[in-house]
Amino acid sequence: MKTLKLISILGLALLLTVSCSTNDDDMPTGPTGPNFLGTYVQQDQMGRPAVNTVFVSSASKDDFNTTIPSEQNAAFQAMFEANLTTLSPAYANPGDMNALGLDAAAFTGLLATDVLNVSLDGTTTFFDGTNVLTGRALADDVITVELLLIFGGEDFTENPGLSNDNVDANDVAFLNSFPYLASPW
Amino acid sequence: MKKFNSKIAIFALLVLGAIAIAADHIDAPAVQGGTSDITDFYAFQAQDTNNIVFVANVQGLLSPANTANAAFDENTLVEFNIDTDGDNIEDLVIQATPRDGKMYFFGPVAPAQTGLNSTIMADQTVGGIVDITAYGSNPIISTNMGMSFFAGPRDDPFFMDFAQYSEIIAGNATSFNMPGSDTFAGTNVLSIVVEVPKLMVGGSGTINTWVESKRKQ
Repeated sequence: MKTLKLISILGLALLLTVSCSTNDDDMPTGPTGPNFLGTYVQQDQMGRPAVNTVFVSSASKDDFNTTIPSEQNAAFQAMFEANLTTLSPAYANPGDMNALGLDAAAFTGLLATDVLNVSLDGTTTFFDGTNVLTGRALADDVITVELLLIFGGEDFTENPGLSNDNVDANDVAFLNSFPYLASPW
Repeated sequence: MKKFNSKIAIFALLVLGAIAIAADHIDAPAVQGGTSDITDFYAFQAQDTNNIVFVANVQGLLSPANTANAAFDENTLVEFNIDTDGDNIEDLVIQATPRDGKMYFFGPVAPAQTGLNSTIMADQTVGGIVDITAYGSNPIISTNMGMSFFAGPRDDPFFMDFAQYSEIIAGNATSFNMPGSDTFAGTNVLSIVVEVPKLMVGGSGTINTWVESKRKQ
């Protein structure tokens, strides 16, 4: 029993030590600290770039933003597929696929759950020619990747005028170290 | 009259299509142009490859003249969601919300509840605080428990010839231009950047991530 008490005192001391590692006047809790009470209700969400913009019909955009990812596929995959096949001639024929080997149903099945997959084991990129959907780096040309998957057909050669916006990089260089994003204009 | 109405309807549709733009910039009527409008989300391996970086940008298309006046909203919570077991339900969150010139970060921590409503996990010790960097100042960075934190205006890292995309969608053009023109060149966003040890968000394998903005009721 004594040991148990000692452990809890140790635990408390450890907690206090951790708490004291930030400045006392910055502490988030306590009677004079800022107020973090209340309920916060969802307004916007995003996983992969441009998904809501391209695949969700105008009247459903707010609805998409307030549907949790685990329920998005059931609610929106059919709409995604209809909008994809309307938008792109690359899926006009039965059996048409994109360069990932996905037909319209499979591709929109992937996209309708709007989460960004991130690898904790190495390269993180939207697509770099080898790795696919292992994250999103600042310099990734995500729009051209998406245009290629939407319009480019099985081998990226279909609809060449629509499958690259010909803007391949940011207007200024990114930083190699934190916070990585460039200074504002 | 019928013809007139249908023309207006078509025009309205085209305009709607045109303003719902880009990565996630002004993507939907309820949020566009407001303080909770997410413009972009990034997740990538850090310079220190033991760490992963999450970036959430809000309030896009800020001109340099308007950037100094743009501010994070104390009634808006930005929440990074992390699913570590593949069911697309968040197991961990990193919450960020401003108070009096500082951005407060809580997590990574299991949320009190998953889904559309959140309470701020203010009573736990994992997280950090950073002074919000003013426009024109060098970035202020704080660190705590192996994590790094930043909040403030940055160049919008997104690039795309959105103007020509709009022309194509509107039926006024049949292809992109060569070269294209970056519609987002010269514009700023408000950025929240947090770098965390991979061990704090699952350690290895693949995680599913997304960012949410939530407004205080």
